[in-house]
Amino acid sequence: MTIGGWILMIGSLSFVWGLVGWCYWKVLTTPDSTSS
Amino acid sequence: MTGKKEQWGSRLGVILAVSGSAVGLGNFLRFPGQAAANGGGAFLIPYFCALIFLGIPICWAEWAMGRYGGQKGFHSAPAILGVIGKGRIPRYLGVTGVMIPLAVSFYYTFIAAWCLGYFYAYVTGTIGIDATMAVTEQTAASTQFYNDFTGTAGNGLMFGAGSVPTIVFWVLTFGLNIYLILRGLSKGIEKFVSFAMPLMAVCALIVLIRVLTLGTPNPDLPDQNVMAGLAYMWNPDFAALRNPQTWLAAAGQIFFSISVGFGIIINYASYLKRDDDVALSGLTAAATNEVFEVGFGGLITLTASFVFLGLTGTIAAVSTGTFGLGFQTLPVVFAQMGAIGPLVGAVWFFMLFLAAVTSSLSMYQPAVAFLQESLGVDRRRGTLYMVAICLVGSFMVIYFTEGAVFWSTIDFWVGTFLILIMAMLEIICFSWIFGIDVGWDEIHHGAQIQIPAVFRFIMKYVAPLYLLVVLVMFCITNLGTSIESIAQQPMAQLALGLIAVTMLILMACVYIGEKRWRAAGLDLDGKEMLPDWTPQAAAGEAAE
Repeated sequence: MTIGGWILMIGSLSFVWGLVGWCYWKVLTTPDSTSS
Repeated sequence: MTGKKEQWGSRLGVILAVSGSAVGLGNFLRFPGQAAANGGGAFLIPYFCALIFLGIPICWAEWAMGRYGGQKGFHSAPAILGVIGKGRIPRYLGVTGVMIPLAVSFYYTFIAAWCLGYFYAYVTGTIGIDATMAVTEQTAASTQFYNDFTGTAGNGLMFGAGSVPTIVFWVLTFGLNIYLILRGLSKGIEKFVSFAMPLMAVCALIVLIRVLTLGTPNPDLPDQNVMAGLAYMWNPDFAALRNPQTWLAAAGQIFFSISVGFGIIINYASYLKRDDDVALSGLTAAATNEVFEVGFGGLITLTASFVFLGLTGTIAAVSTGTFGLGFQTLPVVFAQMGAIGPLVGAVWFFMLFLAAVTSSLSMYQPAVAFLQESLGVDRRRGTLYMVAICLVGSFMVIYFTEGAVFWSTIDFWVGTFLILIMAMLEIICFSWIFGIDVGWDEIHHGAQIQIPAVFRFIMKYVAPLYLLVVLVMFCITNLGTSIESIAQQPMAQLALGLIAVTMLILMACVYIGEKRWRAAGLDLDGKEMLPDWTPQAAAGEAAE
């Protein structure tokens, strides 16, 4: 794989996994007003 | 308005429901094919641009519009767009937000049934691909299985004696959907996605680990290894970025993928409470979809294909499109995995089945909600009417299978073209008629994150303009040939007839609903803001 391929693959995977991790961390650590 | 008010049970539940709606076959099959055909890793650049400038902003707009409309007592796209767009025209145009999920469900549930059928075939060992044969013969056997199973060779084949299993799988899939819809939002949809989404992630992880540990399975073919497979998918061809088609394909993929422009998110968000967050929830749902698409789809499908079929075989697989790749090529790939192949195949198709059902559920729900509120009936009766429409539509899809022309026509005109129209309608209603000042305030009401202020500009100017360019390019590229092909294909004309009749029925329902809502004193033209909204609040947000 070329360096460009590595950069794009790792960059993309880091972005999506990082974003989803941060989002769920925020969701799970803030109070849920939906629960009744 | 129509009995007991429905609500989500938890915030995680609604996030998983929207994620489940977004994660479908396209994540695992369409995305890698699109990427490989449009610059490999370089495709991710226009892809993430479309996500940030188009997908996520429209997603936030849909969440906010849905919650706002829900507070006004509405749960369907026509009614909510009437409120946000302040009048009749958006309300009638908003019918597309019911039409799209309903018409797509006509064929989507049929495809979900294929996944169930393939899963069954792997479990029972009846997939019919002998790994001792030459790969070309295995490919022929796989294609034959697909053609028999889906009836692409001719019309009416699904109702012949030899194809009964496909119908049985469709009945099971449709029945499961209707059962969950009847159980309601919290006890049906939410409960199902709460176990289906994590299970899907586990299945994807199992297949991913297997694929990434394949190494070089055939020492006689050292070039066919995992690293070369990843390189095929991810090595960038930056020259592709100069081709407008690459940007169009990336924007198209984002649309199909994160379920914007379907009218689904508007419906789901309408069951939120006034103070529930939409900013973080919308972002989380979109991010979940991206993990399944880029994190799993981008690593599994083409890598596995390359390792066993090589460069030529994988290029040929990509050229067969989403369904060729998923239902004809991958069974051949699984056959090369030895004893573990059938297990991996079963896990894979079970995962696709879960992905398809979590999506198809979200297609039925908006139609049920719309029929309930326009005709003033309860959930049971609304579901009954929806089933009646679906039975006609689905019967036609299952009967007219020759060359997949019938459902491909619905997919093009409704599942592609109308989505762009609906998204344009939504972003104009939200950013320009409702107004970005009010809209921005609405998104941030109860929000657990502060969206960067630049998105205010993006939602007002960039997203509509971006979408307009995509729409114009799409029309220039596709409409001429599509209209020509309709003239030559009676099945395509029949499909358009079905679309037109369904649209007329839905329009009639809006007409009936409009009278009912007015008589009930509902603010169907959005003349009054919600009681807790003040211009000062919006001005305060605007100043930030």
